[in-house]
Amino acid sequence: MQPSHPTPKNSLLAWLDARYPLVSTWNVHVAQYYAPKNFNFWYFFGSLALLVLVNQFVTGIWLTMSFKPSAAEAFNSVEYIMRDVEWGWLIRYMHSTGASAFFIVIYFHMMRGLLYGSYKNPRELVWLIGMLLFVVLMAEAFMGYLLPWGQMSYWGAQVIISLFGAIPVIGPDLAIWVRGDFVISDATLNRFFALHVIALPLVLLILVFMHIVALHQVGSNNPDGVEIKKYKNEQGLPIDGITFHPYYTVKDLFGASVFMFLFAFVVFYMPEGGGYFIEAPNFEPANPLKTPDHIAPVWYFTPFYAVLRAIPDKLLGVIAMGASIGVLFAMPWLDRCKVKSIRYRGASYKVLLTMFVISFFVLGWLGTQPATPELTKLARIFTATYFLFFIILPFTSATERTKPVPERVS
Amino acid sequence: MSSENTEKTNLTRRKVLTAATGVVGATGATFLAVPFVSSWQPSEKAKAAGAPVDADISQLLPGQMLTVSWRGKPVWVVRRTPEMLDILPTLDDSLRDPHSKASEQPEYCENEVRAIKEEFLVVVGVCTHLGCAPLYRPAVSSPDMAEGWKGGFFCPCHGSSFDLAGRVFQGVPAPTNLAIPPYHYLSSTVIRVGENPEEGVA
Repeated sequence: MQPSHPTPKNSLLAWLDARYPLVSTWNVHVAQYYAPKNFNFWYFFGSLALLVLVNQFVTGIWLTMSFKPSAAEAFNSVEYIMRDVEWGWLIRYMHSTGASAFFIVIYFHMMRGLLYGSYKNPRELVWLIGMLLFVVLMAEAFMGYLLPWGQMSYWGAQVIISLFGAIPVIGPDLAIWVRGDFVISDATLNRFFALHVIALPLVLLILVFMHIVALHQVGSNNPDGVEIKKYKNEQGLPIDGITFHPYYTVKDLFGASVFMFLFAFVVFYMPEGGGYFIEAPNFEPANPLKTPDHIAPVWYFTPFYAVLRAIPDKLLGVIAMGASIGVLFAMPWLDRCKVKSIRYRGASYKVLLTMFVISFFVLGWLGTQPATPELTKLARIFTATYFLFFIILPFTSATERTKPVPERVS
Repeated sequence: MSSENTEKTNLTRRKVLTAATGVVGATGATFLAVPFVSSWQPSEKAKAAGAPVDADISQLLPGQMLTVSWRGKPVWVVRRTPEMLDILPTLDDSLRDPHSKASEQPEYCENEVRAIKEEFLVVVGVCTHLGCAPLYRPAVSSPDMAEGWKGGFFCPCHGSSFDLAGRVFQGVPAPTNLAIPPYHYLSSTVIRVGENPEEGVA
């Protein structure tokens, strides 16, 4: 398994390599990391997520140079970045568009896992670390959205922090502790800034590192869901594997360039994303006395928000919303089917997954709409079907009528 | 140090020392966590900022509402018309907590109209669900409200609704009635929010 690494010929490289595992690290994770040769469209999104992460880091660092994390100055400093700082508008739009792009990429990435069973043995830990990444990313995005101190920033944070208040006994004190005040205030903004620019990015970086290390320990899954390590040649290398570099670096570069075309289109022509990436009320400074007539979280939170709104009870609503995210952690154990890829799975999983995806999209749309009685009824139905996926799956997957899985990738 | 001691490891001693170090370390870490956790509590400055505010209600017409900011929260003063007050008792069956048993209000407002003077409702405009400021929809069958609307407050965030005494309706996410702040009348036209009557008299 351990790739060979002879002493490099280049003398500088040899000097470095004697003091730091440069060549072996490069080989283990890139040049001699064998990935299945049949990666398709769905496999672009891991490296794209990394690309967006770099975009967020670079633009984010630049934004901190002009942003003022105080209730009195935050809104105006964002306007200052937009109007007066050289190229400030571009850097800010790259950052705000990057946030939405991050979630688009991550949702595709997670969908890939559901399609090809990437969360199954032996990749449970890769999935768990990935889910942790998703939760931290949501916290990161949520705190970032408070910083411009617009109306939607303020009231979105008010609602989300009030969620803590629903916890029995300690809830109200916990909400005050998180806010650092009895209402969302300067203290809240200032600490969210600290968490957004240093604490959570650090956690993200560590988790991304662990996500990749865990993946490379067990090897990548593929659209056929078969293990390429089963068939090796005389050198002990997987027959159906190709090295990540240059094969997949080139493939991912192509994917990255297509992605950047789309990304640039949004940044230059529709940076507000039709009111979904940056919401209209956020162009108004925060006003603690007046909630906008219609508030909705940014689009990537709306499926979970719709679940929260569907339950006519404060605590149960918060529990349901938490569960709608938390239950995904359990996927490796809820899905008891040995066959990984949807290509060879039975009709039951295909039906269930379709139901789940439709529920996710409908809930996502409902979360952007006002809570009328009809839509609330609809939200209840789709909240039920969302959870039904996880409730039915353990039963159907245990006795699923699967198709024969090929021995090697096709 | 003799050569025998270095070769023969005393495992028991090693275990005891490891355990002792672990316990001492954990205790230290717990104490060290105190300043970091406590640092997130509201500062002295934030705690001090809770002074009462006065609302002049002399210009308030029947049916009108004014908003004052108390401790950073909106506090509404609504001048209720006799028609509005007549509707209140008829709603009891559709309310979650009609007699405000589980809700927050000062003793002197524990009555049907939840007010000192029934004409003026003074209420904290923060939804008891997740803290939005509900909208004031005083008219019977307001055009943007559901059918059978009798006037009250509607929270746009999650669809909770309250009557004109701030009492929550059934079947909505908000668990309790809107909170009534401590307040009293300085004169017939000025209300002081954030102070109980007896404190004010002194």
